[in-house]
Amino acid sequence: MKPVNQKAWFLILPVVICVAFSAILPLMTVVNYSLQDIISPDRRVFVGTEWFKSVMRDDDLQGALIRQITFSLTVLIVQIPLGIALALSMPAKGWQASAVLVLVAISLLIPWNVVGTIWQIYGRTDIGLLGASLSAMGFDYSYTGNATDAWLTVLVMDVWHWTPLVALLCYAGLRAIPDAYYQAAQIDGASKLAVFRYIQLPKLRGVLMIAVLLRFMDSFMIYTEPFVLTGGGPGNATTFLSQYLTQKAVGQFDLGPAAAFSLIYFLIILLLCFILYNWMQRVGTSDKEVSNG
Amino acid sequence: MFEWMAWTTPVVVFFTCIVLMLIAMTVWEIRSPTVMRKGLLPIATTRGDRLFIGLLTAAYINLLFVALGEKMMAWFGLEQEPSVWISFALSMLLLSIIMKKG
Repeated sequence: MKPVNQKAWFLILPVVICVAFSAILPLMTVVNYSLQDIISPDRRVFVGTEWFKSVMRDDDLQGALIRQITFSLTVLIVQIPLGIALALSMPAKGWQASAVLVLVAISLLIPWNVVGTIWQIYGRTDIGLLGASLSAMGFDYSYTGNATDAWLTVLVMDVWHWTPLVALLCYAGLRAIPDAYYQAAQIDGASKLAVFRYIQLPKLRGVLMIAVLLRFMDSFMIYTEPFVLTGGGPGNATTFLSQYLTQKAVGQFDLGPAAAFSLIYFLIILLLCFILYNWMQRVGTSDKEVSNG
Repeated sequence: MFEWMAWTTPVVVFFTCIVLMLIAMTVWEIRSPTVMRKGLLPIATTRGDRLFIGLLTAAYINLLFVALGEKMMAWFGLEQEPSVWISFALSMLLLSIIMKKG
């Protein structure tokens, strides 16, 4: 084997140092805090796995975890097909293409807390367009009083805010498919469905992988929008993991349990992303084998 | 020395082990580069993949063990919750199995 010059590794040293201070040291601190009962800066007691025990047996946490997983999965199930459909129906050329692109991207430019405020007003039954229309149609809609309404409002808000991201990614992916594929499909007399299934969907695999991972991680960390819209209520109906964590860490200043819980949260995300990533990689390679063979 | 940021000895030991593990993996990789292979695990893995999967499994086993402590007291009629060293030994055993056969 030819010897490899490894000196280039020194060039990434600045990044390593930055990451050490921005990510690794804080993570180490979290591990350290999760094992101590910190009463005041001078008085702390080593408690071992005590906090992990109490956090893992906490019903509120289990509730928040189940709500979070349900929410993130629903987000994926709704946004990915919707985004693909949007991208397919967007015009490909001309001034219409640019106009639609700008229109679609608008919601992505709005900051999270503003999105929450917009929907808070939009959903009000006295002055909001959505709330007032729904109650005029005879629905007993109230995102502050009814748990299902609140959950659905947060979901629709997230769909409104982030489906354009999926759509834009898919749009870019669609534009990257060479015309030759479509011409070949035309010669074979392929139906629209067949073109989608055998040309567009396989070619979109890369961007869809990014879209799924981004949407999954973002929705798993969702905090600001439900915090502004419902404050986690009514009851606990829209208290997702990050909000539960903030209540513990900043609200009650229980650093030990909050740190223990952060680590569990971290492990959950690590595992889910690992599974998702590997699964999508595998789907991709099996597709390649089919097309090569 | 570890008064800074209130480090505790177990955490220092834990992270020292992690750093040593990373150094060892680097040296091992330079001495004999890893080969992608398919073992017990459903996917083809390199040495580093197996270490990651093994460590993640170990973390989950320890967490589950801690979570089920009370239940295990009831199941086995124990006086107190079983020691976490049991789950530690179990997870390290599994880690070595994954590293070897995974």
